[in-house]
Amino acid sequence: MGTTPTVSLAIRVIPCLDVDAGRVVKGVNFTGLRDAGDPVELASRYDAEGADEIVFLDITASSGDRQTMLDVVRRTADCVFIPLTVGGGVRSPDDFDRLLRAGADKVSLNTAAIADPTLLRQAAERFGSQCVVLSIDARRCPIGVSSESGFEVTTHGGRRSTGVDAITWAIEGTKRGAGEILLNSMDADGTKAGFDLELIEKIRSVVQVPLIASGGAGSLTDFAQAVDAGADAVLAASVFHFGQFTVSQVKEALTESGLPVR
Amino acid sequence: MATQNIVILDYGSGNLRSAQRALEKVGARVQVTADFDKALNADALVVPGVGAFAACMRGILEVRGDVIIDRRLTDGRPVLGICVGMQVLFANGVEHATMVDGLGQWPGVVEQLDAPILPHMGWDTVRAPEDSTIFAEVSGERFYFVHSYGVTTLELGEHDLNRRPPVVTWGTHGTDFVAAIESGPLVATQFHPEKSGAAGLELLNSWLHSL
Repeated sequence: MGTTPTVSLAIRVIPCLDVDAGRVVKGVNFTGLRDAGDPVELASRYDAEGADEIVFLDITASSGDRQTMLDVVRRTADCVFIPLTVGGGVRSPDDFDRLLRAGADKVSLNTAAIADPTLLRQAAERFGSQCVVLSIDARRCPIGVSSESGFEVTTHGGRRSTGVDAITWAIEGTKRGAGEILLNSMDADGTKAGFDLELIEKIRSVVQVPLIASGGAGSLTDFAQAVDAGADAVLAASVFHFGQFTVSQVKEALTESGLPVR
Repeated sequence: MATQNIVILDYGSGNLRSAQRALEKVGARVQVTADFDKALNADALVVPGVGAFAACMRGILEVRGDVIIDRRLTDGRPVLGICVGMQVLFANGVEHATMVDGLGQWPGVVEQLDAPILPHMGWDTVRAPEDSTIFAEVSGERFYFVHSYGVTTLELGEHDLNRRPPVVTWGTHGTDFVAAIESGPLVATQFHPEKSGAAGLELLNSWLHSL
């Protein structure tokens, strides 16, 4: 068979949908959709466009609406046959269990893992590392906060400083069982000025699990730069939702840069 | 073709809903159950599996899946293993330097892949031989993988000389590994056809029509 190492794995392009009480929030600018606020219909649309994976981020404030999210996951898994990651409000291994049974393939942890890092190990032992995604909302340390790398972890959607070094946390999180890192730059998020390449490089140099880069995508050339910095997958939300460009256009741009896509 | 009754063996492993829906999508009638008789008598049995080799083996043994699979194969009745559900069909698995017995349907050891980034997660190409049944209608497609372990060498021992050698499809992540393997009624994939979009559905359709 030979053992010539080759890299043929496709760079994954992942649209992220923020879901509140079962409805997609942020602007959605698709034409021809029956219901632009329905996460299931949007996920199907992205699937048809060539998305390699879908991420749902449950931003529901009330725990009563968690049931609604399970229903969204179920209905999506019924008709979309690509991997589905769900995050937001996950606090226990039982939350993992409910989401996986509903049809999620991976579950992402953010604030809850900072509050209780043992949760990563508990989930990995029960369900396998392959479904445990550590979501890190990182930013450059503001005045008054310091960390060795200059990047800190935030929680609650970037509103709260933790003072935890983002690079140290990535290392610890993977040691504790995370099988993938979803790295969101809170500085780049919403700027459309490109990904935070320095942050991606720093995290890539210390972890051996797949790395999804998120935050800052604004032009088609941004994505290949994130990959060159070390990302295995690229995630974006508003540029897709507002119809600025499509998943297939991102893939064409990656191909032009000599990167493999599906 | 009459509608095929398929059982997905429910021994507590991961997302079974997607496999159920994907098989229904290509025309099968699917039950997710650990019922011994139903699993034994179905037209085909799907053995799923995610997470650790040892944990999946424990789950399978608890529902007497080893007996079910053995009896089915003795009668030439189809079984499809997916991901760790494929890995446990081999002789052994090594995790954290500990060797665990598998179901031994094929010789070979499941061990950690030698690659800079693990898990091997995402859409990758495979090299299917021309006599493959399940890849008959797909070529050049990518399939969705998520695994850190695999079978990197396949040596058929003497006891296999009377059997036809399996049809092996290879993939590469750092090293070559078995991406799919077919021995008559026993078929298995390291990737997740139920998560591999249109190509995965096409592959499941080919499998269903081969039953």
